[in-house]
Amino acid sequence: MIAGKELQGVIVATILLLIAGALPYYGSDYLLSLGITIAMFTVLATSWALFSGPTHYISLATAAFFGLGTYTAGLGIETLPFWVLIGLAGVLGAGLAALVGLATLRLSGVYFVIFTLGLAELVRQVITWGQNMTGQKGLYVLTDFTEANLYQMLVALGAAVFLVGWLINRSRLGFALRIIGDDETVAAHSGINTALAKVLLFMVSGAVAAMTGAILAPRYVYIEPALAFTPLLSFQVVIMALLGGVHRLWGPIVGVIPFTIILETISANFPNQVTLFIGIVFLVIVYFIPRGFAGLIEQMRDWSRSREGLT
Amino acid sequence: MSEAVLSLRGVTKRFGGLIAVNTIDFQVRPGQVVGLIGPNGSGKSTTLNLISGALPLTEGEIHLRGSTISGLRADKIARRGISRTFQLVRLLPSMTVEQNIIAGAVFGHRRRWGAEARQEAARLVERVGLVGKGNMAVGQLTYIDTKRVELARALASDPTVLLLDEWLAGLNPTELQVGIDLIHSLRDEGRTIVLVEHVMDAIRSLCDYCVVMSSGAKIAEGTPSQVLSDPEVIRAYLGDDDA
Ligand SMILES: Nc1ncnc2c1ncn2[C@@H]1O[C@H](COP(=O)(O)OP(=O)(O)OP(=O)(O)O)[C@@H](O)[C@H]1O
Ligand SMILES: [Mg+2]
Repeated sequence: MIAGKELQGVIVATILLLIAGALPYYGSDYLLSLGITIAMFTVLATSWALFSGPTHYISLATAAFFGLGTYTAGLGIETLPFWVLIGLAGVLGAGLAALVGLATLRLSGVYFVIFTLGLAELVRQVITWGQNMTGQKGLYVLTDFTEANLYQMLVALGAAVFLVGWLINRSRLGFALRIIGDDETVAAHSGINTALAKVLLFMVSGAVAAMTGAILAPRYVYIEPALAFTPLLSFQVVIMALLGGVHRLWGPIVGVIPFTIILETISANFPNQVTLFIGIVFLVIVYFIPRGFAGLIEQMRDWSRSREGLT
Repeated sequence: MSEAVLSLRGVTKRFGGLIAVNTIDFQVRPGQVVGLIGPNGSGKSTTLNLISGALPLTEGEIHLRGSTISGLRADKIARRGISRTFQLVRLLPSMTVEQNIIAGAVFGHRRRWGAEARQEAARLVERVGLVGKGNMAVGQLTYIDTKRVELARALASDPTVLLLDEWLAGLNPTELQVGIDLIHSLRDEGRTIVLVEHVMDAIRSLCDYCVVMSSGAKIAEGTPSQVLSDPEVIRAYLGDDDA
């Protein structure tokens, strides 16, 4: 059953999605390139928040999954159709997430953060080693895809992420995760298999990040481990998601858009100040907007409603 | 006498060198209210933790309706039909009273979802005396109401055995009577309950049977009047000097 307010949300989301998806038909090349970056971070941050929002586990593994996807596409591009490679990247991402999740999600949050940070480095080292063995340095990913093609694939993946997130939120699994986030002991004593619930969501976010990496591989043309597994990506995703707010499905995107635009401007004009900017945003989140822009927006809405109620 | 629903055999828990629970045996029959009593630190909460799977046993076995539950994870034990409240109340802070209760109804012994789960929560809101408070945030509740929510959550899965860890502790005299009456009504419903309690009046009026622990060991068992007049129990409660 879909309630009236939810139906409204679905309609608004669909319209926004169509406007976003049509960008190649009305936007400039610059806008399209910015659009790819925004779409990429929207997909990554939203799927990251699906897992980290309710569980409060901070994952820094995005780069590992993303790089895995990029390499899946890079290695298979000569032999398999691209859509098969995207699917394969998703399966491999989910598999890697399951392995990592089973090994670490029983541990407390701190160990999880450190392990996920190390994971990207580990996968990168394995691939570098593999390349050294075969005497390669990087991979060429040559396709006929245009920027517009890749952008629309990302938007489609984004739509799928929102749909899956919406379905999860309404499901028992989503409810279980909210209970786990509130009190894991209560969750277990209520009959929830807490490890399984966390691993399932982590698999979703791992699969999505890997698929994003696969879609973007043709854009890089030439991929090498340092590019595909850059740890900065993991941090950017965390910060954008927190900036937007992880307690709402639509939260991350309201962080991604302003952050990406400002970051692009800064890296074009003051390339050395990028890390400084990320650091400042992080401090602002921690000290001033712990619930992100989504929290602020909701606060303002409640405030204006209560004022309307008074007059 | 009917078969035991819950039975503990040689149950032991060690924390490093400390033996918190020492080869405990007891049985709970269907519809019985069993009191687990003893001085502070005697191992009562630890015993409940072993039954509910919050902690693994060091030795011994626990059976629920004849099948072994010791060694299972807490969520599996909950699904088999044991639910509990905690000595320090644990609610889900981001959720309303109703959602807290639904949390108990979805994944446990008896599983419901959607309208069915909401119906059950509404019934329990009334059952434990929270009428009109279903949509309140749990942060706004009085102490006794937080205890009511936790009890309702535990009841929401229709458990075979309900474990209550000092559910009456911290209530003022009026609330205490209300609380005792509430547990009494569960007893009249035929619920099987193991309760840890310090309040003597509650033990006398609620329990069919008592197990007394001291320093991890069982030192007596029997009806409340039997155990409360047992010289060894009196000594354990008052200390050796006063015996
Ligand atoms: N997780 C733990 N780790 C180490 N020691 C513990 C742990 N839990 C309990 N203990 C110890 O085990 C003993 C029994 O504790 P328990 O909480 O079971 O007592 P209790 O009978 O419930 O007491 P109270 O009436 O004060 O609640 C105590 O000495 C306590 O310090
Ligand atoms: Mg105790």
